[in-house]
Amino acid sequence: MTRALPILTVVAVLLAAWYIAVVPMNAKWEYDQAGRAGTELSFSQLVSRTMTQDRPVLPAPHQVVAELWNSTVVEEATGRRGWWRSGSLSNRSLIYHGWVTLTATMLGFAIGTGAGILLAVGIVYNRAMDASVMPWAIASQTIPIIALAPMIIVVLNSIGISGVIPKAIIAAYLSFFPVVVGMVKGLRAPGAMQLDLMKTYSASGLAVFLKLRMPTSMPFLFASLKVGIAAALVGTIVGELPVQQGGLGVRLLSGSYYGQTVQIWAALFAAAILAAGLVGIVGIIERRTLQRMGMAT
Amino acid sequence: MTDLAQQPVIEARDLGLTFQTNDGPVHALKDVTLTINKGEFVSFIGPSGCGKTTFLRTIADLEHPTAGTLSVNGMTAGEARKARAYGYVFQAAGLYPWRTIGGNIRLPLEIMGYSKAEQNERAAQVLELVELAGFEKKFPWQLSGGMQQRASIARALAFDADILLMDEPFGALDEIVRDRLNEELLSLWARTQKTIGFVTHSIPEAVYLSTKIVVMSPRPGRITDVIESTLPAERPLDIRDSPEFIDIAHRVREGLRSGYDDAAE
Repeated sequence: MTRALPILTVVAVLLAAWYIAVVPMNAKWEYDQAGRAGTELSFSQLVSRTMTQDRPVLPAPHQVVAELWNSTVVEEATGRRGWWRSGSLSNRSLIYHGWVTLTATMLGFAIGTGAGILLAVGIVYNRAMDASVMPWAIASQTIPIIALAPMIIVVLNSIGISGVIPKAIIAAYLSFFPVVVGMVKGLRAPGAMQLDLMKTYSASGLAVFLKLRMPTSMPFLFASLKVGIAAALVGTIVGELPVQQGGLGVRLLSGSYYGQTVQIWAALFAAAILAAGLVGIVGIIERRTLQRMGMAT
Repeated sequence: MTDLAQQPVIEARDLGLTFQTNDGPVHALKDVTLTINKGEFVSFIGPSGCGKTTFLRTIADLEHPTAGTLSVNGMTAGEARKARAYGYVFQAAGLYPWRTIGGNIRLPLEIMGYSKAEQNERAAQVLELVELAGFEKKFPWQLSGGMQQRASIARALAFDADILLMDEPFGALDEIVRDRLNEELLSLWARTQKTIGFVTHSIPEAVYLSTKIVVMSPRPGRITDVIESTLPAERPLDIRDSPEFIDIAHRVREGLRSGYDDAAE
């Protein structure tokens, strides 16, 4: 309870600020409507009307929650194309779109992590790679992904690779870099004494890598994974925008095309909840693993 | 009194090690000539910067001399290291936190390719030797500093190496634990008959433990005196109050002081 209280307080303050902001943000439209109808708006009427607009500039929290609920549980349970009626996820529900985004994110995250670890091993063990790879890796991250994503998709589609893989590549592109940086630091973390000890055993390079460097780099790896998985999600959402075959990014975009601000916000929150969930899961795995390795901080 | 079974295990002749630094050359070792015979317990004592740790590390092939010769077990230091001729104990225990005590002791055995059965047998044996039997499944953070250092010594004893090199292993521990560990180390030495090179800052420790005390002094790092101890092999702790002990300690102190005076000139 003591740990939840500060968090709940901050959340309560943010919610209060949000509610207060709704009124002035949506007020203009109400005043225009009232002006056209030739009526006067009292303050309490203004407040109640701005909270229930169809297409608000700033949706109220309860509107976002209602939309989230409707697009997930209600849609799947009662919608014409919902899970209950048709046996497959409705393409109007955030569960479906979230699932599309999640699969691409997880695939991209796996590829990015694997590539990142391989690059890090190369950088630590090979002088040529040490001198040359890092600047390129850094430069790769400075290109705006929103410009790069359509290019990657077009190139991959032209050689026949479409669907989940191009999105996963973009997600991998964004998530490999934190893994490289973290693992390079982690693989180089063992102190001189530990390395000298290995020398006195005349241990082979592989033995030093498997028995010393890899375990030492675990805390660094997990820190990078948390950043990487969030980056992979961002990459997937950006990668969905040009292709438009389902996913939270598509939902965001279609909401903005049709002026459905509540839909945009609901998709935004779904993405945020997904990201928080993924990072949380990595955090739990991190805590369990590091505790078992006696390296919990 | 000559020991007919004396065979040299470590022989250094005119050994020199000069580090090239930004401020000019640092003569860590200069003209070090020393013979260590099988089964001896040799302590290296001297102030900071006298080269005692550097000498130990050179024997272990962790540093490379720039002058002179060094042979370990009849081979060069590098060959001896590849042949895994010695165990090294550092000042800090340096146990891996992700392995149990047993796992830590099995680390060199795994690297050197002993079979699983042998690994378990040796680990159990050596834990018994340092009186840590029963702690095999515990993790290093569950042990005190003294116990961790004992585990580190056990790790150095686990494989078949005739030589044990110890670099101020008890330096970070308190006096009481130190006394206990000194006694245990002596009984260990008696049981395993290894050749031990021991670096220390403490005069009583050096005199209590060793058969031979090498007094070194800094700038440049060199041997000031080599003292053959006349104390008997069986040494209870209260031998430290005997006149013989005090004589030897006095001689060590003189050696240290003369080295210091030389450097001051």
